[in-house]
Amino acid sequence: MIIAQQKPIKDIAAMIADCKKVLLVGCAGCVTVCLSGGEKETEVLASSLRIMRRLQGNHLETVTYTATRQCDPEYIEALENLVKDVDAVVSLACGVGVQYIAERFHDKWVVPAQNTMFVGGSTAHGVWEERCGLCGDCILHRTGGICPIIRCSKSILNGPCGGSQYGKCEISKDVDCAWQLIYDRMKALGKLDKLLEIQPPKDWSKSRDGGPRKAIREDVMIG
Amino acid sequence: MKTESKLQKLLDSGHFAVTAEIGPPKHASAHGIRHHAHMLKDYVDATNITDCQTAIVRLSSIASAVHILDCGLEPIVQMTCRDRNRIAIQSDLLGAYSLGVRNLLCLSGDHQKFGNEPSAKNVYDIDSIQLIYLMRRMREEKLFFSGEPIKEHEPRFFIGAVANPFADPFEFRVARLEKKVEAGAEFIQTQCIFDMERFERFMEMVRERGIHERVHILAGVTPLKSWRAAKYLQTSVSGMIVPDDIVERLKKAEDPKREGIEICIEQIKHIRNIPGVHGVHIMAIAWEEVVPEIVERSGLFPRPKVE
Ligand code: SF4
Ligand code: SF4
Repeated sequence: MIIAQQKPIKDIAAMIADCKKVLLVGCAGCVTVCLSGGEKETEVLASSLRIMRRLQGNHLETVTYTATRQCDPEYIEALENLVKDVDAVVSLACGVGVQYIAERFHDKWVVPAQNTMFVGGSTAHGVWEERCGLCGDCILHRTGGICPIIRCSKSILNGPCGGSQYGKCEISKDVDCAWQLIYDRMKALGKLDKLLEIQPPKDWSKSRDGGPRKAIREDVMIG
Repeated sequence: MKTESKLQKLLDSGHFAVTAEIGPPKHASAHGIRHHAHMLKDYVDATNITDCQTAIVRLSSIASAVHILDCGLEPIVQMTCRDRNRIAIQSDLLGAYSLGVRNLLCLSGDHQKFGNEPSAKNVYDIDSIQLIYLMRRMREEKLFFSGEPIKEHEPRFFIGAVANPFADPFEFRVARLEKKVEAGAEFIQTQCIFDMERFERFMEMVRERGIHERVHILAGVTPLKSWRAAKYLQTSVSGMIVPDDIVERLKKAEDPKREGIEICIEQIKHIRNIPGVHGVHIMAIAWEEVVPEIVERSGLFPRPKVE
């Protein structure tokens, strides 16, 4: 899922400094799971902003709503009545949600309350780690199910590099060397010989290469 | 394939090669590089020019190489995958060849995290093994990385790579070296060797697989200035092993700098007797002036001449 983290409250406050009334929109999708933009976080953010403004002697009115998903137009529609009389919308979704709201209500000032960070999962309660770089051409079958694109700091496809030591990556003793993990896994699977094959350069045109990507499923398209 | 590299001619004719390293400056003057090039010219067969080593912005490797050539010394241009995509790499290497550079060392490059631009976006479009492979294909099949033909004047570099016997997983290090040779590396320079025992074991595995017959291995050495420098490499540089007795020896020494030079000379003499090693690569980081003495006292002077 998408992992996001709330921006510092002073940054959020600064983006809506000249507003009297704002709508805060949470999302019940990924950001709820990673505890940064669900219903609870939306309420907490709203009251924090109000308190902050009250201390400044500058009253702020807030309205809150949590969409089922902000990355689907149908759930954005529901905001129609709520956005009418607010000066700004603060979205607690990932960057897609912010863009969807801005797109739908194009005369509204829409700001992001979160930094959308990566695609990952939780490894312990309260800890999330990046696991996929959305490269568009998955090669996990060649690397023992461990992604070198995102988990190797240099995205090496023919690793491990000379900085790998004691199982850790050269960038930090807190970061596992993805290639050590790949090596261990392939060894356990009796497939070390696979690692001797020279992996060709990656076709980054399927990844982020400068243009937005699109996925189309004609079978489910309507009309 | 024969290239115009003097280093290749020397190695192919069975000479024990000596290469050194020159680190370009963090400013826009070539004065220091030229000074070092003149100093090293008669003592080494070629010098590596690092490519923004440890991710610190420095005068470009290719520009430095041109100054070095001008001083009558053969450069080995280092190319890292960190800073350039495949368009920039090819363009820069065509340029380097056109300027007279004949040796290329392919590396992935140190991560930018430790350099002076830690907020930079790294590239890593291709990795070092892919770079080796693509450069060899460029030379032998006259193809750009994309597969498009190079109509004329393909760059014919003598292609090198690095190996680190001190990184992990150790058992895979020789396999990875072999993979680099398979990809097209013709010479290998190793990480600085301090742990001789581990290096010997590494070379044993290299010989078992016959890799030393397919590639020229140049063993890396570094003269240390102080026990603190040794300790730093031991504890803070990933992929290095520095045995305690080296740290101790430097600590006890009356003149640690002299002791560092002595250790380095001993290491070279030892390395010369390891079967399968075809040369030494002296990385005197910011201490280039000691290289002539080290070469001379290791019995590697004068350097052989080749056509
Ligand atoms: S190979 Fe690509 S798609 Fe697969 S996990 Fe890695 S980044 Fe994601
Ligand atoms: S140490 Fe491992 S994870 Fe880190 S860059 Fe090198 S190969 Fe990748």
